[in-house]
Amino acid sequence: MSGVVIAGVGMHPFGRFEGVSTTDMGVHAVRAALREAGVGKGGFQAAFCGTAYGGVATGHKVLSRLGLTGMPIVDVEAGCASGGAALMLAAGAIRAGQYDTVLVFGVEKMPKGIIRSSFFEPWQEEAGLAATPSFFALRAQRLTVTSGVTKEHLAQVVVKNRRHGASNTDAMYQKEISAEDVLASRVVCEPLHLFMLCSPNEGAAAVVLTREGPRTGASPAPVTLAGAVLRSHLPGAVLSESTPLSGLTDDDVPSPTTLAATAAFEEADLGPSDLDVVECQDTDAARELMSYEEIGLCEPGGSAELLDSGATALGGRLPVNPSGGLLSKGEPLGASALGQVVELVRQLRGECGSRQVEGARVALSHTVGRGANAGVVILTR
Amino acid sequence: MTARVMVRDGLFTDGDVPALLGSRCPACGASHFPRHDTCPYCATDGPLPTQLSGTGTLWAWTAVTSAPPGYQGPVPYGVGVVELPEGIRVITHLTVSDPAALVLGQPMQLHVVPLHTDADGNEVVTFSFAPVAPVAAP
Repeated sequence: MSGVVIAGVGMHPFGRFEGVSTTDMGVHAVRAALREAGVGKGGFQAAFCGTAYGGVATGHKVLSRLGLTGMPIVDVEAGCASGGAALMLAAGAIRAGQYDTVLVFGVEKMPKGIIRSSFFEPWQEEAGLAATPSFFALRAQRLTVTSGVTKEHLAQVVVKNRRHGASNTDAMYQKEISAEDVLASRVVCEPLHLFMLCSPNEGAAAVVLTREGPRTGASPAPVTLAGAVLRSHLPGAVLSESTPLSGLTDDDVPSPTTLAATAAFEEADLGPSDLDVVECQDTDAARELMSYEEIGLCEPGGSAELLDSGATALGGRLPVNPSGGLLSKGEPLGASALGQVVELVRQLRGECGSRQVEGARVALSHTVGRGANAGVVILTR
Repeated sequence: MTARVMVRDGLFTDGDVPALLGSRCPACGASHFPRHDTCPYCATDGPLPTQLSGTGTLWAWTAVTSAPPGYQGPVPYGVGVVELPEGIRVITHLTVSDPAALVLGQPMQLHVVPLHTDADGNEVVTFSFAPVAPVAAP
């Protein structure tokens, strides 16, 4: 997919902000993105807002505050992949010729603690079968069987991402952590300790997409949206984000991530070996390693080895989660995918200071969410 | 008068030899749990109701150490995935809440166990799997 470029990005930091509303955070991020894009009233023809917990007309509330209504404003829910879903819809509309410029933003203010999701039936909660971290833990345990992943590997994912996030002023945790401290935190669901899980939190991110036009003078090349894909699950995988009560004894059911990544690579006419930098879903430490395998950054079963090689740390061949990931930033569901896109746009522009991936030209963002959804976005410059 | 009530009707049978209530697609042969009106694998309507095997093998397991929203039973409690001979993997409560006491592939047996007592004094029960025999320490 060519012809759609990123005109501007903006972000409200991810964290806990007492007294700051979902709308306040959205206004902050949208204002920054529009300013960067040089887009004002009448400058965009549609808006898509990703949110899972924002409630009725979340996007309208943000744009009303800015005096920017009248155009279609559509809230999009796809769990943690909501922002990716919004981006796909916006890009498709531009590509189809429906709009020239579209505002995409994501906002969220999550309750503290284990995420409660209306996705589950009340009886599933009552029976203890709706504890989100337990599903993460079961997947982590399967990785210990299929990929030789150990608790030490899980701790090292956290150490890496927290080291990356230490210089990210938009992150919730800006302090490095040692493997000893990760492993000393309490066990939430074996093998996952507390610090191996990201914190649900609050934040907003915004992106302005526009049709690629003739470039003027010496202005730098814009970041191109080369692919934006959302996919849902196929039935059969018992531990997929769709969390069914049963699945098949078939290990070859492709995950929604694999489906989305394959389609996004095809759309962008690129492959995993072309990537310079990746932001992937690290809701928990094991999820990042699963993502390596599902996106195709390594062979199936090769995630522990890829981590051990240092390739996915800053300074390595293919840094993953240079922003610090959700493990550093925390996870405001509707905003997390666009938060990744903001980071990657800044990486491709060379604006990331001490966490800059030198010479990055091709970037991939990946989120998965309840439902099940997987969003993959590929950016190039 | 208090009673023993299932956490949800239609999932399992209670009694001396409990069973999970599933279905089987006459078109593609896949088994399902819980029962489906339409096969999730081939979209054929009208899968046939079946009772699934009460024994299987352990495929994945963990323990939940603090009560998640909506859960009123004791913690920690075990959660896992058991493979049944019908070719399916089932997400289930486990009677064992110490992950170190379980091993991959060990034989498991279906039970019906109490979860908690509801506001009316009824004992709420759910399906759960337990090891068939104690596993010797390695």
